[in-house]
Amino acid sequence: MTEPVTYAYAVLRDIEGLAAALDGVAGVVGAPVRLVRASPGNELAAAVSSVPAQDFQESALRRHLEDLDWLEAVARAHHTVIEALAAHTTVLPLRLATVYLDDRRVETMLGADAQQFSQAMRRLAGHLEWGVKIYVDRQPDVRVTGEAGAAATTEGLSPGRAYLRARRVQRHSRDESYRAARQAAEHVEAIGRDMAAGHARHQLQQGELATGAGENVVNDAYLLAHETAAEFRTRVLDAARGLPGVRIDVTGPWAPYSFASPFGAEGPAPDSAP
Amino acid sequence: MPEPAPDRLSSYPSRAMSPYGYGQGSSANLADILERVLDKGIVIAGDIRINLLDIELLTIRLRLIVASVDKAREMGIDWWEHDPALSSRAGERSLAEENRRLHAEIEALKQERELSPGKDQRSAGRRTTSRSSSRRRSGAADD
Repeated sequence: MTEPVTYAYAVLRDIEGLAAALDGVAGVVGAPVRLVRASPGNELAAAVSSVPAQDFQESALRRHLEDLDWLEAVARAHHTVIEALAAHTTVLPLRLATVYLDDRRVETMLGADAQQFSQAMRRLAGHLEWGVKIYVDRQPDVRVTGEAGAAATTEGLSPGRAYLRARRVQRHSRDESYRAARQAAEHVEAIGRDMAAGHARHQLQQGELATGAGENVVNDAYLLAHETAAEFRTRVLDAARGLPGVRIDVTGPWAPYSFASPFGAEGPAPDSAP
Repeated sequence: MPEPAPDRLSSYPSRAMSPYGYGQGSSANLADILERVLDKGIVIAGDIRINLLDIELLTIRLRLIVASVDKAREMGIDWWEHDPALSSRAGERSLAEENRRLHAEIEALKQERELSPGKDQRSAGRRTTSRSSSRRRSGAADD
């Protein structure tokens, strides 16, 4: 029970000095991060931490993952480690909470899928991911625009007519904003086709964790070569220019989370194992 | 001393820089991080298996998608309750349904049998099947 288990963050290409770069990087539950190689002399490695089994066995994980504070701490630590690695080498991020009984089991995993991992790393070498989110400004509610109504009333309109007029103006400007957002989205996709090595769609952010002002209407990720990233970012941000009510937010660079799977979007097919 | 963002961007990707240049790190938006570490990245089976699509995590997933489960229900959004992949309740419902159907079929078969001749064949139905109990191998965890 007290034996630690091995938490794996990412599969990567080990390079000189990488282990030293991990010095002082705190992983999940503050644990130090180290590398496990597929085999001695092999450049294929995994970044791992030893974590307490009682927190990472199935039932405990299940419970913890429901706790947003715990999840946030682990997710941020997981991400921090992957960021630190991605600054130095090609990284294939593993999904949160990939846990092995010990380092030997990680070696076995690396060996079993070595070919797919190497292939994915060749594909991703020199590339990073950029997030592009497009927002439409939220329209103020008619009730909130009481001043407009009041102004209209002084113009001689009845309160009812003033309300309807405000409603019409509001609907019109919302339609305009959505049209403008679509235009921006098409523009961004065209830039992506022109410059990016990959394009992935994420779910729109709408819940309480969605912090961006406005309604999220596009939430995409693009895979870009290092040397094209700055230009991509400039061009994408420019796509909202002159479009009222539309805002574009570019995040990144990220490790290629959305493009890393060597098995396709759905992960390894259950029956594809030899 | 951190350099101003434009300089960092133009000098990117200098590996000597702080990991990612600008804008990320600990300040990154939690929703952006969660959608990547929970939904993206490579899925490989660890020894400790957690299906992140499980109903337990759905509560959190929903916090990303809709403001709250209660609010969603108010709005009539309850698709997850009918999706067997997402809801244990949906699973229960379909199990109950199946159970009812099977019972009905058994009843129908019984009646058919009573009407048909050859009741002496009943021993065939009472054969007991002895299944080898599959015992889990206790693995390396013990040593």
